[in-house]
Amino acid sequence: MSKQIKVALIGNPNTGKTSVFNQLTGLKQKVGNYPGITVEKKEGVCKLPRGVKAHILDLPGTYSLNTTSLDESVAVELLLNKNDKDYPDVAVVISDVENLKRNLLLFTQIKDLKIPTILVINMADRMSRTGISLDIDLLEEKLDTKIALVSTRKGTGIERIKELIADYKNLSVGPVIDTTVIAPAYFNKLRDTFPKEDLYKLWLVITQDVNFMPIEKTPIKIPSDFATKSKPELKRLQQKETILRYQFINGILKQAYKVDINAAKGLRASLDKILTHKVFGYLIFFVILLTIFQAIYDWSSYPMDFIDESFAAASEWVKDTLPPGVFTDLIAEGILAGIGGVIIFIPQIAFLFLFIALLEESGYMSRVVFLMDRLMRPFGLSGKSVVPLISGTACAIPAIMATRTIENWKERLITILVTPFTTCSARLPVYLIIIALVIPEGRFLGLSYQALTLMFLYLIGFGAAIVSAMILNKIMKIKGKSFFVMEMPNYKLPLLKNVVYTVWEKTKSFVLGAGKIILAFSIILWFMGSNGYADDFENAETIVENRIKTEGFTDYNNNNIAKNLTAYKAALQDSIQQNTYAITPQALQDSLSLKKEVLFEKAKNQEIAGHKLENSYMGYMGKAIEPIVRPLGYDWKIGIAVLTSFAAREVFVGTLATIYSVGSDEEETIKNRMGAEIDSVTKRPLFNLASGISLLLFYAFAMQCMSTLAIVKRETGTWKWPAAQLVFMSLFAYIVALIAYQLLK
Amino acid sequence: MITTVAHLKRGQRGIIKEFAEGILPIKLMEMGCLPGNEIELVQVAPLKDPIYINVNGSHIAIRRAMAELIELEIIEDSPLL
Repeated sequence: MSKQIKVALIGNPNTGKTSVFNQLTGLKQKVGNYPGITVEKKEGVCKLPRGVKAHILDLPGTYSLNTTSLDESVAVELLLNKNDKDYPDVAVVISDVENLKRNLLLFTQIKDLKIPTILVINMADRMSRTGISLDIDLLEEKLDTKIALVSTRKGTGIERIKELIADYKNLSVGPVIDTTVIAPAYFNKLRDTFPKEDLYKLWLVITQDVNFMPIEKTPIKIPSDFATKSKPELKRLQQKETILRYQFINGILKQAYKVDINAAKGLRASLDKILTHKVFGYLIFFVILLTIFQAIYDWSSYPMDFIDESFAAASEWVKDTLPPGVFTDLIAEGILAGIGGVIIFIPQIAFLFLFIALLEESGYMSRVVFLMDRLMRPFGLSGKSVVPLISGTACAIPAIMATRTIENWKERLITILVTPFTTCSARLPVYLIIIALVIPEGRFLGLSYQALTLMFLYLIGFGAAIVSAMILNKIMKIKGKSFFVMEMPNYKLPLLKNVVYTVWEKTKSFVLGAGKIILAFSIILWFMGSNGYADDFENAETIVENRIKTEGFTDYNNNNIAKNLTAYKAALQDSIQQNTYAITPQALQDSLSLKKEVLFEKAKNQEIAGHKLENSYMGYMGKAIEPIVRPLGYDWKIGIAVLTSFAAREVFVGTLATIYSVGSDEEETIKNRMGAEIDSVTKRPLFNLASGISLLLFYAFAMQCMSTLAIVKRETGTWKWPAAQLVFMSLFAYIVALIAYQLLK
Repeated sequence: MITTVAHLKRGQRGIIKEFAEGILPIKLMEMGCLPGNEIELVQVAPLKDPIYINVNGSHIAIRRAMAELIELEIIEDSPLL
């Protein structure tokens, strides 16, 4: 195979760079991270004319080579480092015809790095509507480059890009602007000190950390004693450089770019007027939010039920088909249950990303940020924090991924840290069952106490997020001035292809990223729950069978069997009385004893499972932590459930179901079983108002989600923040639950 | 009194004056916020902050605190929308 041409796509945000990338590479793309940091790295392969192939790298969007964020510094570092394996043979600068002037600033900078550069002018389909006319030949001549006029919406011009890339060796590598004129003496001195280096590259290396944190791997070594200019002086020079470049660009565009002002406005202005209106703006935003919630809670329940049932069926199938044994159990109860626990979130996450992609592609998201920024600021958050906080009510994982749009690191970090307080969908099953158990029925002003409790829990979730944001804002000392400059892009009809790719990529990265952890944890939990080291565990069957022989079933099971039998008998006698079928007393008796046997067998199995769990490693752990959870009003069983739900909250109900030896997962049965549980110490029902409220509050505040911790680690690049989150939130939850229980008991 | 971008009314335009070095972030200048360029105030958010401007053809939102740093000469005959 011949050598691939290495191509770097670079451009301002909102120029349709991703669309160009998608059209060049199709689905042959790979999304990963740059080593050690969380900036997304997108690569793909493109077939060129004459059998040549190109490796396309989609660099993060940037307005210039003067970096102000981590994403931007990735692009600059690559372009400055000739030894990087991704250093491009040719750079393709994507620009948008309506913002050509600003886009050309970046183009001239890249051109001056003496990299062969192609200029793509995108959104050509808008030219007639916005009254723009271009003199391409003149532009090519003045900018010393080749231009492809492209419309990704209509799919035109892509072939031209491919031809230009294949032909890159014929591109000029001459610079267009002589930057040294901004400070001749300074640049002369630089030239004398580093005779071998390119002056413009040197200048970029020197100014890299003026507006941003220092970069670690400097491609060209600058002796530290070469501090001939202070930071303010360098900034002043950068300013001069920007002015110089704009003078050059304005000069060219005056001749080659004509715009009919009367055609330019229109739709944008009227949409802006409505969407950022002080009443309608918020109203429209509210309606969109409601739609998103509806999709996440309601529409996604159909595919979720389907997934749930499919996995249950698959698990059942494995148990029936494979020979019984440890391996089968591992697959059925460990791995399948674990994978199912990840897959079940796909519909919610896909819906969420679908809406976010639509809002972003259309340009509406910038208007929401514009509306909300002032409201969020007192809490140390940005307008851009709104999106993650809303998404958090579905699931904190995509929400934390959505914080990437926040440029300011402090605001982004605070958003990441407080988002897990919002009531995510995994808390819901826990809330529902405990509320049903401990909150009395009855109404207050027409609203049921139970509904009010649920609403209150959502509110304290938001409250905790906002208050902790305020505290973090006060105590965190992070350098970097908070400035807020946000482009308000023009409205666009989202491109279906882009939206589909985004949803696909984000969902895939969730499933693979979080999936590994959830899977690992469920295998560990399964192992600890189904293994033990003492005789009590090994001989659980015999022990329980003997106990049943001597002492009979537990009170609960006795009651349960009696209740079931009576119901069965009544149903049978009903049928007989209605003459549905004739039956001899003997047959009736047989039928009853058969039913009894079935019930006995079931009860026995449940008691064995319960005994096993009590004596498994997990059971030992539960007993070990009992002293810690006792002050909150929990016994060792709830303790285990709380402990296991540190992997994921929704595990709580499942664990209790196993612990209380309820074989099936019918919620009604679990609820009744939990309601019948008596605390061995206080001799009162285990789930009473005090312990229930304490549990609810614990779940509202505690950080019980391995996947979220893993994502926070990925997004912040260190274990420090997820560890802080885990410790702080769990401690806080413990203290609040403790106070609640001690006051109420 | 110094006139800044923060004083513009909706639809009003002005020409950016020379400003002291290092006051504005380079990103804002890259967006076209440079001396001599025209700024139009497009929209103001409901709580008066941030503001939404069109500078040199770039549509951007900035916070009021930053707008107060950009001095300008208001174009008096600019039409009020």
